[in-house]
Amino acid sequence: MMRFMLLFSRQGKLRLQKWYTATAERDKKKMVRELMQVVLARKPKMSSFLEWRDLKIVYKRYASLYFCCAVEEQDNELITLEVIHRFVELLDKYFGSVCELDIIFNFEKAYFILDEFLIGGEIQDTSKKSVLKAIEQADLLQEEDESPRSVLEEMGLA
Amino acid sequence: MALKIVKGSIDRMFDKNLQDLVRGIRNHKEDEAKYISTCIDEIKQELKQDNIAVKANAVCKLTYLQMLGYDVSWAAFNIVEVMSSSKFTYKRIGYLAASQCFHESTDVIMLTTNQIRKDLSSPNQYDTGVALTGLSCFVTPDLARDLANDIMTLMSHTKPYIRKKAVLIMYKVFLKYPESLRPAFPRLKEKLEDPDPGVQSAAVNVICELARRNPKNYLSLAPLFFKLMTSSTNNWVLIKIIKLFGALTPLEPRLGKKLIEPLTNLIHSTSAMSLLYECVNTVIAVLISLSSGMPNHSASIQVSFSRHAHAFVLKYLGLLAMSKILKTHPKSVQSHKDLILQCLDDKDESIRLRALDLLYGMVSKKNLMEIVKKLMLHVDKAEGTTYRDELLTKIIDICSQSNYQYITNFEWYISILVELTRLEGTRHGHLIASQMLDVAIRVKAIRAFAVSQMATLLDNAHLLTGNTQRNGICEVLYAAAWICGEFSEHLEDPMATLEAMLRPKVATLPGHIQAVYVQNAAKLFATVLRGQEGAPADSTVAQETSQLLIDRLPLFVQSSNLEVQERASCILQLVKYIQKLQQKDVEVAEEVTALFAGELNPVAPKAQKKVPVPEGLDLDAWINEPPSGSESEDEGRKSKGKAVFAKEESRHTKPRYTEVDEKELAKRREVRKAEQANNPFYIKASPSSQKVYQDGVGVEHIPVVQIDLSVPLKVPGMPMSDQYVKLEEERREKNKADKKKKKDKKREKGEKGRRRRADSGPESEEDITPAHMVDIVTEEMPENALPSDDDDKDPNDPHKLSANGLIDYEKSHGIHFGIRMVQSVCCGFACKSICWAPCVNTAGYGVDRPPHYLSPHPSLAPLLQVCDIQGNLQDGSQVVVSVIFENKCDSFIKSMEFNVLDSLNSKLQRHDGAGPHDGLTVPFQLPPGISNEARFIFSVQNIVMPQKLKGTLTFIVKTDDSSTHEKLDFKLHFTCTSYLITTPCYSDAYSKLLESGDLKGCSLKLEGVNQPFHHLLARICFHHHFSVVERIDSCASMYSRSIQGHHVCLLVKTADQTVSIDAKCDEPALLGNVLDEIKLTFSQC
Repeated sequence: MMRFMLLFSRQGKLRLQKWYTATAERDKKKMVRELMQVVLARKPKMSSFLEWRDLKIVYKRYASLYFCCAVEEQDNELITLEVIHRFVELLDKYFGSVCELDIIFNFEKAYFILDEFLIGGEIQDTSKKSVLKAIEQADLLQEEDESPRSVLEEMGLA
Repeated sequence: MALKIVKGSIDRMFDKNLQDLVRGIRNHKEDEAKYISTCIDEIKQELKQDNIAVKANAVCKLTYLQMLGYDVSWAAFNIVEVMSSSKFTYKRIGYLAASQCFHESTDVIMLTTNQIRKDLSSPNQYDTGVALTGLSCFVTPDLARDLANDIMTLMSHTKPYIRKKAVLIMYKVFLKYPESLRPAFPRLKEKLEDPDPGVQSAAVNVICELARRNPKNYLSLAPLFFKLMTSSTNNWVLIKIIKLFGALTPLEPRLGKKLIEPLTNLIHSTSAMSLLYECVNTVIAVLISLSSGMPNHSASIQVSFSRHAHAFVLKYLGLLAMSKILKTHPKSVQSHKDLILQCLDDKDESIRLRALDLLYGMVSKKNLMEIVKKLMLHVDKAEGTTYRDELLTKIIDICSQSNYQYITNFEWYISILVELTRLEGTRHGHLIASQMLDVAIRVKAIRAFAVSQMATLLDNAHLLTGNTQRNGICEVLYAAAWICGEFSEHLEDPMATLEAMLRPKVATLPGHIQAVYVQNAAKLFATVLRGQEGAPADSTVAQETSQLLIDRLPLFVQSSNLEVQERASCILQLVKYIQKLQQKDVEVAEEVTALFAGELNPVAPKAQKKVPVPEGLDLDAWINEPPSGSESEDEGRKSKGKAVFAKEESRHTKPRYTEVDEKELAKRREVRKAEQANNPFYIKASPSSQKVYQDGVGVEHIPVVQIDLSVPLKVPGMPMSDQYVKLEEERREKNKADKKKKKDKKREKGEKGRRRRADSGPESEEDITPAHMVDIVTEEMPENALPSDDDDKDPNDPHKLSANGLIDYEKSHGIHFGIRMVQSVCCGFACKSICWAPCVNTAGYGVDRPPHYLSPHPSLAPLLQVCDIQGNLQDGSQVVVSVIFENKCDSFIKSMEFNVLDSLNSKLQRHDGAGPHDGLTVPFQLPPGISNEARFIFSVQNIVMPQKLKGTLTFIVKTDDSSTHEKLDFKLHFTCTSYLITTPCYSDAYSKLLESGDLKGCSLKLEGVNQPFHHLLARICFHHHFSVVERIDSCASMYSRSIQGHHVCLLVKTADQTVSIDAKCDEPALLGNVLDEIKLTFSQC
């Protein structure tokens, strides 16, 4: 089971965090800080896996963003790497060649995508298509919600 | 109403939305905190409004701020509000915020139960989905208990979208509320056969996770999973199933046999690395659980690995997997030697190190030479000393493992070692040296060859001396010199080697190597003499040799290293004496050779402990009286010299060295003592070490031209190890052919046999015969060694060997250590208590044996010496003990802790709050060769009896690459004398004291004291802290006082070598003990 997933930039700015076990705020902060230090200090040629506390860390860098997952000891590192890659593919499909700014400005969307892909630290759906379909439909629902108000807004403006 | 909505919309327009916030933060990089605090104020305002849209916007912004690390727990209630919005847009944001911010101790979670339940049963599947997602993050035991039923119902929802989410959430619920597992499990099992693959994989996921925690309960599902495994094409699901089987097979071995087939198929067919990796891992687990191996299958795994070995990550994991297989199926790994050797070329160091580890387990008689040859190539290519050193140690490890089990040709091994000496900047010279010594001593057949190689090394020593650091490659010369000297009968031209060993450049080598050089020069000298006298009537060469030694040795006599100095001066005198005899045409060869006669055998590490204690030996009693001068030192040296190294029967030939040189030594010692007495520096606590230091600095200033060549030179005349590989092949073929032909031609050894050719063919491991009739000498155990193996409990414990073992040994022979007494005598204090010090090769006795065989950690100990025990004038119950710590080893010693086992009477004064078993930290560290003094205060209640305290010194010995904890046991001897304080007394006060009648009398007679009366008095004053009150002719009155105020009066008279002492004291017990101690002092002189 995945314990948590972090996205952070090369400068050490956290861009996304998802914890699959309820963790106190203070512990979260401490772990994030520690882990960022460890991962950022690693050289490009080094292995994507490392052991940290009682967890296995699997990370991969895409452009300026590090995708970093903590999995339990018995978990398969390679599949975690594939999970990361799949998530990046999903983001890419959704935003259309995703960049760091997309994730910064639409961070809630990134969370929604992640939630459709993983739930409780487990892979929910292995099919890219069905994940994207679920997101699209949920978004559609949101648009419906919002559309009447945009008319009102125009009224207010006028 | 409409107006209100419009107003709300207008308000919203002026609010910041999330994008504005993010942009704002990016624009206020300098004062981010300030900007955010204003934002939070705004958000607080927004949260107060009724408009849910405004609230949702605020919560969304808070979620972002929370990620940046700001505390938003104060808004928990507002989050719940947004969650309960009927609009999906806001609900979504609310649940997101909740899943990010809530944790188990968030109290508002209780309020959400009904809201979540409502959402779960919402007709809109996305509402349900969002609620499930949120729940997965913040589910608490209470929530799990209350909602378990609702989620269970959702597992049979019509929409697969909800079903799969519900199934996955169930796992979280099980974790928080385990009671829910039993009722939910049948339904969960049903989901394994759900028509929707997503739901199916979710169910597999959950069951696998559950099974990993408790595999036993899920064995019954194995057939179902087996079916899934063979039918499923989804790699993600397959990985989970295979992992599950990995957990199940240890419980059900039959499963393992069934699995091997489909797993091997998968391995061959899949292109997904992750699946491959999982399969291999499980196969290994299966193989390990099946005690009967299936080597062909594991081999096929390896093949598939080599197929994929291009990927960097896999290579590492593959090597890891192989090392697992190696433990159980070494044969199947051995066949992939080439692949592993290829990995040595890899760029990544961790892969190379993994591969090296594997090689260690893979060698056999057959492939050893080949593997080492490859490794040697890598050594040449390797960049970076760490990796090169690692390679070097691995080569030696590989070759020497299990008592050189795999080496068939020791000539080859020697030449490998010689080649290794050409490495520049390695730290492992010591390791190579010890290997050379080990092989040369234990493999008799190789000695001639080894000696010739070592002679060449000595001759080319200038190539090695570029690195004169400790542990540098020059350590090899230590071994080379010793081998050449000890086995000099094999030397072709001992004269040339002797010349090489006495070159002036040798003086730049570290001291301990020079010492070995000097000693072995003497051995070579003996060999040359013998050779010459055998040949008729050419005495000039012998005389030239003597002259050479007489010319060159003075260089060493001036050495700053005491050991070198002592050996050189001793040998120089010996040679001068021999020269005199030579000039008179006396045949001396035999006598000189006799000095070094006898064979050395390695001593087993445990041998010393196994020496039984002879009957009737009281180890605590003084056998010799406590030493007062350096006389007993000699005794110690001599006995040690023979006892440590010799065979029992060769005792008579052994003491040769010390016996012959004893006069010389004694003479030199006298001279040196006189020198020391005149030398003001010697009054200091540890003059010897300081002196060495000063001189050492001087030596370093002498510019030494070092030949520094970037290209490793080929030492001329040295055979390359490669030749041996070839020769070995030929030899093996030949041996085979010989066997085929007939059996009467027995295995030939040596040159002839190896040069012949014959037809080839495959041969089995057992057929390979060694090139030499190798006689690996096993280490010796002492005669009638105790068979008990109780000391085998911890054979790896280094202290046992280095500290305790030696001490036991020494004790059982009643030997005192040869501690140099100079310091303590010159300190001017009574020195009654000497501690045991396990310094083996450092104490300066002239025994020249490689310390290698004494114990694995030679000389890793400081010398401990109590120089003074004195009462405290201010406090009648305190004694101050000064201890000199001298580091006699080559390593840095730190973290010394001094501890004494308190007796009822005497206690070590520790810091406040320290327990009675805590040690005192010695407030300094000791670099090699340095000594320092520390004082410890003991509180004593009763001073009328002498006592002994046992203590230990623990310390850390730090070498370049490791540090070890060591322990040294010692005894502190508090004599009654040490409680006496020299106090002057006037004669009238003295007579009053005697008249008072409070004092009890006692007397003592000493016979046969033939020293002047004033010497005698001085001795009593000096050793026993008395002062002379009055002296009339051969009669004197003396006085002393104890720290507790006891008066001790003596009347000493002498006549005809008889001394009578009448004594009076107010404490008869104290007096009796003091008199006993005085008696002891005089019986020693």
